[in-house]
Amino acid sequence: MEGAMQTESKIRVDSGTEHGPRGPGCSLRHFACEQNLLSRPDGSASFLQGDTSVLAGVYGPAEVKVSKEIFNKATLEVILRPKTGLPGVAEKSRERLIRNTCEAVVLGALHPRTSITVVLQVVSDAGSLLACCLNAACMALVDAGVPMRALFCGVTCALHSDGTLMLDPTAKQEKEARAVLTFALDSVERKLLMSTTKGLYSDAELQQCLAAAQTASTHVFRFYRESLQRRYSKS
Amino acid sequence: MAEAASVPAESLAGCRARAARTVLDQVVLPGEELLLPEQEDGEGPGGAGERPLRLNAAARSRGRVVCGPGLRRCGDRLLVTKCGRLRHKEPGSGSGGGVYWVDSQQKRYVPVKGDHVIGIVTAKSGDIFKVDVGGSEPASLSYLAFEGATKRNRPNVQVGDLIYGQFVVANKDMEPEMVCIDSCGRANGMGVIGQDGLLFKVTLGLIRKLLAPDCEILQEVGKLYPMEIVFGMNGRIWVKAKTIQQTLILANILEACEHMTTDQRKQIFSRLAES
Repeated sequence: MEGAMQTESKIRVDSGTEHGPRGPGCSLRHFACEQNLLSRPDGSASFLQGDTSVLAGVYGPAEVKVSKEIFNKATLEVILRPKTGLPGVAEKSRERLIRNTCEAVVLGALHPRTSITVVLQVVSDAGSLLACCLNAACMALVDAGVPMRALFCGVTCALHSDGTLMLDPTAKQEKEARAVLTFALDSVERKLLMSTTKGLYSDAELQQCLAAAQTASTHVFRFYRESLQRRYSKS
Repeated sequence: MAEAASVPAESLAGCRARAARTVLDQVVLPGEELLLPEQEDGEGPGGAGERPLRLNAAARSRGRVVCGPGLRRCGDRLLVTKCGRLRHKEPGSGSGGGVYWVDSQQKRYVPVKGDHVIGIVTAKSGDIFKVDVGGSEPASLSYLAFEGATKRNRPNVQVGDLIYGQFVVANKDMEPEMVCIDSCGRANGMGVIGQDGLLFKVTLGLIRKLLAPDCEILQEVGKLYPMEIVFGMNGRIWVKAKTIQQTLILANILEACEHMTTDQRKQIFSRLAES
């Protein structure tokens, strides 16, 4: 989905690596993020986590159909396209999760009767897809200048049958895991915005995973800050 | 290994509110809270919310601080809502506490009252024209809002024409309205933009940079060829020079200005001036 881009408008930002365990089982894969790479949307970003890569474009605040307009806030739409095939029920469900997260954070009341559309395209899926989609959506919303009350990030956690916790699992680790939990956290106080889980886990394990995700989100937010600072330092 | 359910306080500290003064010209992110100069003094070591008594009334921070684009009032603090550099302008003549705003890079325009913009007429219905200004709604322009227009003497505006006008009504709740006369009833450069020329779109940040009072780019461009230029705050620029080739060169230069450094720009201008 790269197409023909003017190289001037592409500002490549590579992350510092987030390799290396900070504690047993608490390491995230390498991140990279690129903003403003598409010329048509008002904001765009590409987020890479290990081998998982998602491209996001944001249009808005733009015109909205009268049937979909909300009188006192913006109508947020999320469209998620898988890498191959037609979008199915799994995509619809992920779209709803991402939409609920974005609605909690975007100040829709500043743009009533408009629409803000987030289009996500999966470029490659190697585990932790929903978290990567959330991160790409957040960077694209920031790039588009949509007013937000906080930033948000997604972190995935996998629990193995022996109880070990693995952050940012690959596709193979997700398949072998007993439970996979994805959390969306906000940047102000690391509060939980959205959680979706699959599998068997106990209450205590849920709390452990949430705590681990909150620690990991600090690194993601630091990466956001560095990449945005680098972007603005070029102008 | 079992991780404690409560994460240590430092990693959750998030962003404590910082004084706006200390963050000037730095990149701020959405969600950060900024303290205004008045509150900083009150947050000092006086426990239980005591404030030091001020004997000198003049030392108190004066008046209101204006909260510009990218910032919202949140209690008695400022909440940053867009990513960009924080800027401050001192008050001119003593009253008020100055203006704070966030300089962000954006492509989509949101109508603001008083902005001069270039619009494209999309429809004529009854007494008003519908003008596309790049926002979420088309703006409405009454046919009487031109210089010298009366009910008998209608302005000559067709669908597809370019209009340079300013907003008189532009808020989030109402449809934006624009006019092509100023408050004295004179056109002052506004109205239908002439034939030919080229309209192209750039980012809002570039327009603000070009329209800043001390912009060298504009002076240098002006020395190249004789031309007409109109800048709209909605990111649209209309250019007309003697030949099509010159017009295209000007358009390319202005679009590229955003990403070039000063030296690269001077090189290009000197090369063009020779040829």
